[in-house]
Amino acid sequence: MFEGAIQDLIDELGRLPGIGPKSAQRLAFHLLQADDADVARLVSALQRVKELVRFCATCFNVAESEECRICRDPRRSDESICVVEEPKDVVAIERTGEFRGRYHVLGGAINPLEGVGPDNLRIRELMARLASGEIKELILATDPNTEGEATATYLALLVKPMGIAVTRLASGLPVGGDLEYADEITLGRAFEGRRAV
Amino acid sequence: MYVRRLELTDFRSYSRAEIDLDPGPSVIVGPNGYGKTNLVEAMGYVATLSSHRVSSDQPLVRVGAERAIVRCAIVHDERELLVELEIVPGKANRARLGRAPVTRARDIVGALRLVLFAPEDLALVRGDPAERRRYLDDLLVQRQPRYAGVRADYERILKQRNALLRTAYLARKVGGTGGRTGDLSTLDVWDSHLAQHGADLIAGRLDLCAALGTHVAKAYDAVSAGRGEARVGYDARSWLESGQVSLDRVAIAERLGEALSAARPSEVERGVTLVGPHRDDITLTLGEMPAKGYASHGESWSLALALRLAAFELLRGEGIEPVLVLDDVFAELDTGRRDRLAEMVAAASQVLVTCAVEADVPRLLAGERYVVGEGEVRRGR
Ligand SMILES: Nc1ncnc2c1ncn2[C@@H]1O[C@H](COP(=O)(O)OP(=O)(O)OP(=O)(O)O)[C@@H](O)[C@H]1O
Ligand SMILES: [Mg+2]
Ligand SMILES: [Zn+2]
Repeated sequence: MFEGAIQDLIDELGRLPGIGPKSAQRLAFHLLQADDADVARLVSALQRVKELVRFCATCFNVAESEECRICRDPRRSDESICVVEEPKDVVAIERTGEFRGRYHVLGGAINPLEGVGPDNLRIRELMARLASGEIKELILATDPNTEGEATATYLALLVKPMGIAVTRLASGLPVGGDLEYADEITLGRAFEGRRAV
Repeated sequence: MYVRRLELTDFRSYSRAEIDLDPGPSVIVGPNGYGKTNLVEAMGYVATLSSHRVSSDQPLVRVGAERAIVRCAIVHDERELLVELEIVPGKANRARLGRAPVTRARDIVGALRLVLFAPEDLALVRGDPAERRRYLDDLLVQRQPRYAGVRADYERILKQRNALLRTAYLARKVGGTGGRTGDLSTLDVWDSHLAQHGADLIAGRLDLCAALGTHVAKAYDAVSAGRGEARVGYDARSWLESGQVSLDRVAIAERLGEALSAARPSEVERGVTLVGPHRDDITLTLGEMPAKGYASHGESWSLALALRLAAFELLRGEGIEPVLVLDDVFAELDTGRRDRLAEMVAAASQVLVTCAVEADVPRLLAGERYVVGEGEVRRGR
């Protein structure tokens, strides 16, 4: 244990995700020795992110105004919504350049172990958007793990009766990769999940 | 397939050990508690990513050390593959295949195929259903690595579903836990996923049981010299009250779904999942009697051995011949059984036999010899 301010900093840093006590200590001493100007820039970046960045009122992506850049873009289609867990998933899908519709960020996935149920996600808000009648397709792009799959199934059960087409991202072999380099599990699964062409 | 070299760092009692191995039979000899089983346990860990003795990783790391490293050079089809595994308790294992790191340690499953028989295997006959499920599931993964994923997914779904039921249970009993409500609106979703993935796992187990049957009977018959017929059957007790077990995954998923619906009131009442492959068992019979509770010590031992030998024969028959490890098996068998066992396995591509008393091992298996001393292994006479 150190005294006062330095220990406070170590404690605060240690509360960040992915940072253990040792890393927190290293970061704290790095900051202690850094130029004043560098630290000032970090402090202002932290303050600005809290002041300026908020969640889009429509899709809950990160935004610097009432609505995010994507929701404000008139060139994008209002007919399809892609549902993701986190804002970083929006960035990942945007990088593909394949999707020209809108997004909806749930803020996580159904996870009983962590006490996350449908009420803790922005599902009610999604349903309100779908009720407008304009949307024709809902793309479920939650993570391909247990919780993401459960969330996708839950949404599909809710939305299908509304007459909206519901699709799920395909998972399996990475396209562009060589079959021989796929691990046994991925390849085995892809084999099981094969479909007629 | 055979292991050409094994290197251990801070694994169990070894701070450092390097052993060059040959194909064919080898005997690893040494006094009690000198580290014979530790050696073969390390190889088993590389093959299955789990120990046959302990469920946590902590005991695998030498007391006082932070991590254990196991390195194996495996020869298959005249090509050598290097596998390295770093075991850090409480963290995900790190692995390398060849020289390249793999993203998940489970990507190395399949690189080393190994069947290990150890004294703990007596629990296959005498222990809880969990022991027999593990036997089946481990073999399933060795045979078709895809099942590592199926099994992990099923376990995760089961955990989530149990958490949901438990929260609802507690909410009812004490009126909510830390603001969590007893909202069961996602239970249908978990039911359908449990049924889907459960059916996938069950279909694999049933297929495996069917393939194992003749091998178990044959191995037991050989070891016991015809004293009783050994049979294995799948006991789908949690989801199939009566009738024929279907091999069809879709039909199983449907049946599981029905069983879940039927069990829902009692599951909600008790706050735990009562239906699914995690509640199933394998039945083992010798002649007309169940093995558990009826078979003698030597018979139980022979049956457990037959289960492992059947696994070995099955894998061998389907392509890649696994390494066979017999840990302390001979001391418990009569001379006739010892000799017949030796005859069965002498031709395997690699058999590693451990023993405290060398005279217990039949001549036929006296190949290369390794002497385990205080914290080291020496090769030679
Ligand atoms: N994590 C550990 N760190 C240090 N020593 C350990 C550790 N785990 C086990 N040991 C030691 O390893 C020894 C057991 O080794 P092992 O089980 O391989 O013995 P063995 O030669 O197979 O004996 P037996 O003939 O009785 O089966 C014990 O003496 C135990 O104290
Ligand atoms: Mg031993
Ligand atoms: Zn938006």
